[in-house]
Amino acid sequence: MLSYTLRRLAFAIPTVLVISLIVFLMLDMAPGDPTGSLPLTIPLEVREQIRQSLGLGDPVMVRYFKWLYMMCFVEPLHILAGLTGWDIAPEGPRILSWQTRSPVGDILVQRVPQTLWVVGLGYLFGILIALPIGVISAYRQYSWFDQAGTFVSMIGFSVPTFFTGVVFILIFSVWLGWFPSMYDTTHVVRDWNSFVFQAKQIAMPVAVLALFNASQISRFMRASMLDNLNQDYVRTARAKGLGEKTVVLVHVLRNSMIPVVTVIAIGIPTVFTGAIITEQIFRVNGLGDALIRAIYVSDWPMVQTITFIFAILIVLFNLIADVLYGILDPRIRYD
Amino acid sequence: MTDAAKPLNPDEAFRPPRNQWWDVWDQFKTHRGALAGLAVFVSIILFVLVGPMIWQVDPGQLNIRMRNQGPSWDYPLGTDQLGRDLLARLMYGGRISVAVGLVAMFLGLVIGTLIGVLAGYFKLLDSPLMRLTDLFLALPLLPLLLILVALFRDTLARTFGESIGVFFLICFAIAITSWMQTARIVRGDVLALKEREYVLAARSIGTPSLRINTRHVLPNVLSPIMVSATLGIASAIITESALSFLGLGFPPDFPTWGRILYEGRDWIEQYPARVVWPGLLISLTVLSVNYIGDGLRDALDPRIRGR
Repeated sequence: MLSYTLRRLAFAIPTVLVISLIVFLMLDMAPGDPTGSLPLTIPLEVREQIRQSLGLGDPVMVRYFKWLYMMCFVEPLHILAGLTGWDIAPEGPRILSWQTRSPVGDILVQRVPQTLWVVGLGYLFGILIALPIGVISAYRQYSWFDQAGTFVSMIGFSVPTFFTGVVFILIFSVWLGWFPSMYDTTHVVRDWNSFVFQAKQIAMPVAVLALFNASQISRFMRASMLDNLNQDYVRTARAKGLGEKTVVLVHVLRNSMIPVVTVIAIGIPTVFTGAIITEQIFRVNGLGDALIRAIYVSDWPMVQTITFIFAILIVLFNLIADVLYGILDPRIRYD
Repeated sequence: MTDAAKPLNPDEAFRPPRNQWWDVWDQFKTHRGALAGLAVFVSIILFVLVGPMIWQVDPGQLNIRMRNQGPSWDYPLGTDQLGRDLLARLMYGGRISVAVGLVAMFLGLVIGTLIGVLAGYFKLLDSPLMRLTDLFLALPLLPLLLILVALFRDTLARTFGESIGVFFLICFAIAITSWMQTARIVRGDVLALKEREYVLAARSIGTPSLRINTRHVLPNVLSPIMVSATLGIASAIITESALSFLGLGFPPDFPTWGRILYEGRDWIEQYPARVVWPGLLISLTVLSVNYIGDGLRDALDPRIRGR
């Protein structure tokens, strides 16, 4: 198992590097230039100096390795130093965002908490809704509950989040006026009232994501339960005289959870990238919003960095899913 | 087992040979959701294809005096903030959205099938191609799509013209980010198929690899390909609408469902219909296609068929 993990890790790191190189080279071909938006009255020499100061004078590969060094070493240390107050931040240049001229790492530190809250809660609630629905649907296959559950999950799976989000805004903030339609990120939770406000404003984005995730996970859960319910060991458990509750919730559920857990792990990065849309609907200024804005104004260092983070997340969680599968299911042996 | 015990009815035994697609259709018919999906999908196709011939209104026709109108006989679904007819826009927008779905699905399918067959059939190519597939699966797809469109939209629009350039860019971008599942499924099936006796027989009489693949292997992987094709249409339509919704799809004068939804978002408090109609059409299309995919999967599975 350990050697398998190490082998996977040995493949994962080059994968991330290749992806970052692809994105870097793609963005390098882009027509966008950080000096493009400056006033035309600036003389050419000064313009060239600005380009030099942003580190655009070197050849592509030199710039790539510089960026990689800053991304993997300088920025994490700066972020760590900012969080802990330790004096470990190295000297030297950092990745600068072209639109704000401030280090990318500092902007991301401000953006990540919102995304984590919205995406994390959305995923958590999605799982909490999906598991019981999947279990009951499979146990009572073809009952009205199963029919309704399958239909609703098909709808939740087919209706894109940008439409559910807009419909939620229409119903709950325009017609009923229960929740605000825009997310106020400057809001600080101090007392009970401000907490209620925070809960209200996070409710809709979380609900949109939870609905979408729940419909996907409940389909997996149902299929996985159905696979296991007809197995011999279930008949054995019943023949031993175990109660129906023990059979389903202990024997079948535990075995059915194996593929579902890996699906949940693989889904985490997709939820991050999918949340770009949800953040855009509710104007949450998270990571996805930062990416979209950076793309609008051709702020390539920012785009590069966020894409790299997403790539790391995907590779990491794929690795976790594979390893988890091996740990959870003793029948699986990676040689 | 009980079938064998039945006395053989000569009429049944000598029934004329029947195309196997009729069996598939018979099974497909029993799936109620799939039938309903097919009906809805066909009517949406008719709406976008035949609709503009009956409702001959130019979707780009501005009429500032008639802006923000509610439903009336002249404008069945009302007009937008520039006085353009919403019904006509939905019809033309649907043409583009559905066309993107079909073309992107087809391109993705061709890439996926090609890579899947190559990886499954030729041992030498298997490892590199599957590593490539893994690499693509690890790409952050939505951000990458956004970058692709943002980077190449202007260049392509200049060389090929506004509509054609963006259309092919979006189709190509969706295809290049969605072929991986097809490739994996096809590779798995081809790996199993190439060990079959009839492939061995074909090879032993000297059939070239290309013909073995087109004649003996591909027809047998058709069913998983068809299922992933239907799912591909659905995801391509969603992706295109999401791009348009994020403002990185077609230019503003090309109405697509996602674009109309995106523009209606700012007017949601006063005119909710402008958001609901395009959203409803996208959702119905995707839902119907997904149901068709479900039905096809059951119908094409010989273990389920005939039961």
